Formats: sequence, structure tokens, C-alpha cells
Amino acid sequence: MRKLVSIVLLAGFIFYFATLTGGLMIPSASNERNSVGLDILSRSADETGSANAVTSVVVLYRGFDTLGEVTVLFLAALGISVFMKGTVGQRKKVLDQSFILKTGSRLLFPLMFLFGIYIIAHGHLTPGGGFPGGVIIATGFFVILLTSESVEFSKNLMSVLEGLAGLSFIVLGLVGLFGPDNSFLQNFLPLGDFNTVFSAGIIPIIYAVVGIKVAAELSSVVFAMKESK
Amino acid sequence: MNGIISISMVLNVASTGLVLIGLYIVFTQKNLIKMVIGLGLADTGVNVLLVSTGYINGNTAPVFSDTSLKVSQMVDPVPQALVLTSIVIGFGVSALALALIIRLFEKTGTLDTSKIRGLKW
Repeated sequence: MRKLVSIVLLAGFIFYFATLTGGLMIPSASNERNSVGLDILSRSADETGSANAVTSVVVLYRGFDTLGEVTVLFLAALGISVFMKGTVGQRKKVLDQSFILKTGSRLLFPLMFLFGIYIIAHGHLTPGGGFPGGVIIATGFFVILLTSESVEFSKNLMSVLEGLAGLSFIVLGLVGLFGPDNSFLQNFLPLGDFNTVFSAGIIPIIYAVVGIKVAAELSSVVFAMKESK
Repeated sequence: MNGIISISMVLNVASTGLVLIGLYIVFTQKNLIKMVIGLGLADTGVNVLLVSTGYINGNTAPVFSDTSLKVSQMVDPVPQALVLTSIVIGFGVSALALALIIRLFEKTGTLDTSKIRGLKW
């Protein structure tokens, strides 16, 4: 019965996807340009000063949406820490890791941290930005946690960092209300030289803030999972 | 592109296949962790479909760091920005689902949905 119902449901989904992608299956249709994308491509370099058009869409043209995205991530982290709060220890103790693994992870952590900062700082020049960079930094914390038992970690520091980062995103957006265009998340700083690290106005600042927030949130998720054991 | 098979066609077939595999796992498996893996597969399929709508054969990433590239040589940046959001939401959903599963396992002692009372269908 269960298999039959799922096959009927899957057949429905196949039909749905066939109609959805039917127009895209014709090779010539996929070569036509979307007018919004073309418009953004031709204007973004002059308007935002960002060499990466995807970044200018994420941070400025759809910046309000990114604020919502960061909020969703915050809610997920909040939900996880609430659910994991009262968990009792049922898992067995993790075996003590070998000396090579411990030393290797301590060697790897600063490099991963530096690479994450590099990805965040060059978000407006190359593919990357706050979200991937924050994930890389959190992965560095994860590597340390997996191998070393005796890592002390201040949960309050992470909460403060996360809150400050979220607050400064909103404050940066609100400052734009008093700029010449009177709009939320307006690029009120000078654009600078194109294709350099210190350019594109508020985009690197917002991406740095997003990176700090993502790194703090994901690290606290990892620590919450670790503490519950 | 050369031949009958174009890249966008391959991407469409791959994305549809990923979504269907993921949904089949969610419908038929009884293990909750496997269901979350199925949801992740379906999520990836949707992301591939979204990126493929903005893809133009033979064009490169929409980054102006290389000044010799022109606008007509780049792909659409809007679906890529949307997929960035989609990936983050997918991460949030699966992390929250796994946290809920840990709580459920503590309460019931099993991951099998057919053994948890009140979840049968």
C-alpha cells in the first residue's frame, strides 16, 4: 500500500516536472536572455562598484531578502539550541584521538580561519562572500571540536558576536534612510576604485557582518550538538 | 553545443532525477535519518534546476574582475543569487530536522517511523 501510494505520488510529480521543464528542454529557449538579468549585468558594475554581479544582487538589489535569509538562519540556530538544551547524555564517550590527528587539527585551524576571512573579504571581487566564508570558519571550529576533548568555548561571546553582527546589518540599512535616496540598504559610502579590496561602498562591510554572524551561528550549532552528548 | 544533447538538457534531466530520487526516499524509507537525506537530495535537485534556468551555453560566471569579458559572454546572475538563499534555507531545514530527530530518539528510543506511535499511516 505504502509503495503504491508513493508511486502514484511520484507519477504526479513526474508530470508536474515535465510540464515545468518542458519549455526549458527546447535548446533554443534556454539561450534567450532574461531581461532582468541582462539589465542587472549591464548596470551593476557602475551602480554598485562590485565586480561580482551575483554579490551586487545578493547584498544590494535583493539586500532586504538577504536580511530575511539571515533571520531564517538565526531561527534555525535558535531552534537547535532550544531543542538540544535539556538532552541527557546517552552517547558513549568519544575515543581519545591520536596525537597526529590532534596536532594536525591545531595546525589546520588557523589556516582555515585565514582562508574564511579571505573568502569573506573578497566577496565583491570573486565568487564567495559572507555565507561560504562563515561556513569555512565554522568548519575550522568543527575540526578542532572533533579531535580535542578539552576545548573551552565561551557561548556568551558567540551570542554577543552574533547579536552585534545582526544589529549592525540593520543599522547599516537604516543609515541609508538618511542618505540622498532615502531608501533602506542604500549604498551610501563612496564606491572607490573598481576591482580593489576597498571598493563597492557598503558591500564588503555587509558581507563581513554576515560572515561573522554565520560563523558564530554555525559554531554555536556545532557546540550545542557536542555539549548534548 | 555539439550533438543532440545540450548541457541545459542534461541539467534538467539530472535535477528532475535528483528530486524524484529524494521524494522516493522520503515516501518509502522508514528511517528518519534516511528521510532527511532524501529531503537534502530533493533540495539539491531544485537548486540545480534553478541554476540551469540562468545558464547560457558557453558563457562564464558573471564576475567583471577579468575586464576583457563582455556582458554578452556572461550567464544570468539572478538565479545564482536565489540559489544562494535556497542553499542556506536548506541547511537550516536539515539541521533543525536532525535536532528534532535527536529529541525524538531520546523520547522513543527508535528511529523507525513504523514503531513510533502516532506516526503511522
